[in-house]
Amino acid sequence: MADYLPHTDDEVEAMLAFLGLTSLDDLFAHIPAAVRLAAGAMGLPEGRSEPDVADEFAQFTRANRATASQLVCFAGGGAYDHEVPSVVRALASRSEFVTAYTPYQPEVAQGVLQALFEYQTLVSRLSGLPVANASLYDGATALVEALNLAGGATHRSTMVVSAGVHPHWRAVVRTFARGTGHRVVEAPLVDGVTDWSGADVDEAAAVVVAYPNYLGVIEDMAAARANATRLGGLFVVAGDPVAAGVLRTAGGWGADVFVGEGQPFGTALSFGGPYLGLFAVASEHVRRLPGRIVGETVDTNGRRAFVTTLRAREQDIRREKATSNVCTNQTLMAVTAAIQLGWLGTAGLRQVAVASATGAHALFDALTAVEGVTPLVTAPFFREFAIRLPRPADEVIATMASDGILAGLSVAALTGGPDLSVEGDPSNVLLVAVTERRTQLELDAYVDALRKAVR
Amino acid sequence: MMTAQPGGRAASIPLMGHEVEPTMFELSVPGRSAAQLRTTAIPTRSLESMVPAEHLNPEPLVTADLAERDLVGHVTRLSHRQFSVDLGAYPLGSCTMKYNPKFCDSVAADPGLVSVHPGASAPMVQGWLELLVTLEERLCAITGMAAATLQPAAGAAGELTGLLLMRAYHDANGEQRRRVIIPDSAHGTNPASVTLGGYEVTTVPSNERGLVDLDALRAALGPDVAGIMLTNPNTVGLFEEQIVEIAEAVHDVGGLLYYDGANLNAILGVVRPGDMGFDIVHMNLHKTFATPHGGGGPGAGPVAVSARLARFLPGPRATRVDGRFEWVTPEASIGRMHGWHGNAMVLARALAYIEVHGAPGLERVAQHAVLNANWLRRRLADTLPAAYDRPCMHECVLTATSVKSAHGVRGLDIAKSLLDEGFHSPTVYFPLIVDEALMFEPTETESPQTLEVLAAAVESIVARAATDPESLHLAPTHTPVSRVDEARAARHLIATEDDAQR
Repeated sequence: MADYLPHTDDEVEAMLAFLGLTSLDDLFAHIPAAVRLAAGAMGLPEGRSEPDVADEFAQFTRANRATASQLVCFAGGGAYDHEVPSVVRALASRSEFVTAYTPYQPEVAQGVLQALFEYQTLVSRLSGLPVANASLYDGATALVEALNLAGGATHRSTMVVSAGVHPHWRAVVRTFARGTGHRVVEAPLVDGVTDWSGADVDEAAAVVVAYPNYLGVIEDMAAARANATRLGGLFVVAGDPVAAGVLRTAGGWGADVFVGEGQPFGTALSFGGPYLGLFAVASEHVRRLPGRIVGETVDTNGRRAFVTTLRAREQDIRREKATSNVCTNQTLMAVTAAIQLGWLGTAGLRQVAVASATGAHALFDALTAVEGVTPLVTAPFFREFAIRLPRPADEVIATMASDGILAGLSVAALTGGPDLSVEGDPSNVLLVAVTERRTQLELDAYVDALRKAVR
Repeated sequence: MMTAQPGGRAASIPLMGHEVEPTMFELSVPGRSAAQLRTTAIPTRSLESMVPAEHLNPEPLVTADLAERDLVGHVTRLSHRQFSVDLGAYPLGSCTMKYNPKFCDSVAADPGLVSVHPGASAPMVQGWLELLVTLEERLCAITGMAAATLQPAAGAAGELTGLLLMRAYHDANGEQRRRVIIPDSAHGTNPASVTLGGYEVTTVPSNERGLVDLDALRAALGPDVAGIMLTNPNTVGLFEEQIVEIAEAVHDVGGLLYYDGANLNAILGVVRPGDMGFDIVHMNLHKTFATPHGGGGPGAGPVAVSARLARFLPGPRATRVDGRFEWVTPEASIGRMHGWHGNAMVLARALAYIEVHGAPGLERVAQHAVLNANWLRRRLADTLPAAYDRPCMHECVLTATSVKSAHGVRGLDIAKSLLDEGFHSPTVYFPLIVDEALMFEPTETESPQTLEVLAAAVESIVARAATDPESLHLAPTHTPVSRVDEARAARHLIATEDDAQR
């Protein structure tokens, strides 16, 4: 039988004898017989060897068509096909990082702790805010934590959220609001930009804008900031971290909280997870920070050392009064992001942002010249854009897949129907993303395939 | 039997010197770079032509500039300053640091899984959907439940999901209930999740046997109780033997039973939450199914429920429909708990682990975990007594009270001293109801030889408490840094390189 247990039968027998027992079953004698599981009653197949299980997984992988080797990826929507070089994969898969637990004993966890300190520094600089935590689950749940922070800081419960925030993130916010009792009011997009007057409230705990928003649009940040001020709420910016390499930072726009999806920094598409929730705050909110934070200190010999700190906020100490219930986060993805950003360097990060935007603008120009294809909005965009097609987007995506192209995401599939982010019917709207990995040849192929698909 | 050398003691790691490792920012030399990007042949455009001027960052962002060789050196040296389960035994109670099979990593690294975009339509990701459906079926079989969501990204997210399901269930019955009961031995995530779920916490005490006090529980129950959250075996490593009575009492007042699956690894194939009467179960896949914890995450916290709660599960769920696989959202779904479909690559690893083990294999996992914990408890009985002197499950909680009163050596000193012996520390000062708690969870993957040297190391440390207590206060000394000043870190927060430069 295949498994990973070292014990020989003789050893098991000797250990049982040491305990005065005769069988492994005796270990469970104190469990009431009425609830014990009968032998063979679990309903699982027998175990199989690794090569046999690999065969089962090969069936899964063969049944996936949307893989990198079969389709050129123009899908985005918060999950992007950026370069992840061999060196980053090799370093991030070192087992010292992969098979460690949370750094509860800092003397033997300086590797993870220092990498997180470097990560926090990078997120702080990207966000333009002084304090970043050591990561959260993903962008969507990072936004939830931002709203919970805002509720605690303002003692209010109304959250004004731009409809330009990713539809899935807004859905997650609504789910969590079932427990917190937060009232979530969405402000619609008009021509791709948030119309704050569409959210009819007098005060708010938080005002949330996505920058750029999920349709790729570079939002009117001054208006968003002014709305936050008017409503007396914290200004929460949900930023694309790649754009953050060149756009004015969230802090530069006066944000109180920055959240983002860190997947573009070294994490593969991974069918949506594990990803990386980026989170940074202005200094007055440090004591309300959710999750872990690493701080620099010294050891008993005066040497620099790192340790998780401000622990009094956390659930294992504060229990029902904690700032968040988060325990496990996404440390490995945070460490990966730090390594990826170290690889990119100052110039590389900028190059990724500029090349992605350049490709997106080139493709946008070519596509909107195709008959029947129109831009969804006129507002400026960064590295992702939405177009209206003469046919349902899901049909076009299916057709273009036969030409080897993952054309993008159907906005109606993301929103699940009519939505405040799109004026009119979203079903013909296609969201297209371009990363620095896309070439002119691939753009040309895209345009040809789309032309065929809408003919 | 114990003559072989142990494979789980990390005392032979070559660490040269005791100097600090510079940060990547200290290593940075402007102008250096490692990045190599694709040649796209797309005509260049200026940023100014694409982005309105007021949106351009007036202060160029500076990160760190390293040559690839220096980046590799830096990160590799950091990795050498990090303990991991691959290096040695990690008996961190409650955290279940068992060996993580490399095979599970390799299936998850397959481009056929890892390069798939999460927003691709269902017909393009049939393999992924089948994988998720298969995992859901396996998890339901293991827990004795009817249906599951795979979305929650970790155990705490699973807890909140369970509480929102509880709320949706009571709401659908037109009932306003406001309290959730939690034993005083519970993990801190339980009460924190209860608050986020919009409920109030009622804590019930444990009795002198370390179990839920049934009379106190009955006294706390009432028509306003939404449910109870229980860990079984509990955080003291003991099985709640009166679980049938507890379930009856809670169900009698219309409450639901929530199973915190932090310790599910102890009962695999032995007893199932569903058969004990639980309505909602979360699982920590990194604990029970050995997915790597990554130094603090990622985890994955699927939640399985009984049939009457299935219609409230988060959506969309991968579902088998006429021999194909589709995304289906349950009719009364509480909504999304994750930006996409959950921590998919963690889910894939867990399925690989389950498939390799199968039914008898998973039962052996539980048997050997409990065997190892009881052996260690018995072996150390004269050194550090167990907080509750009776058979434990997968972990044993020992107490250093007598060492502390006799020699002034605390549990923390013993834990730190173990680091010098080449082992990770046990969990200290948890659960809160045990004085000077040291919680050992050896897991099923440590050999008898490793357990013996671990026990011998604890023995020698406790012996040294009488003769040379100062050396224990100073431990560890063989580690990359000695004890760190935690108070200073909190008093004067330096959370970034930029803080450090100020």
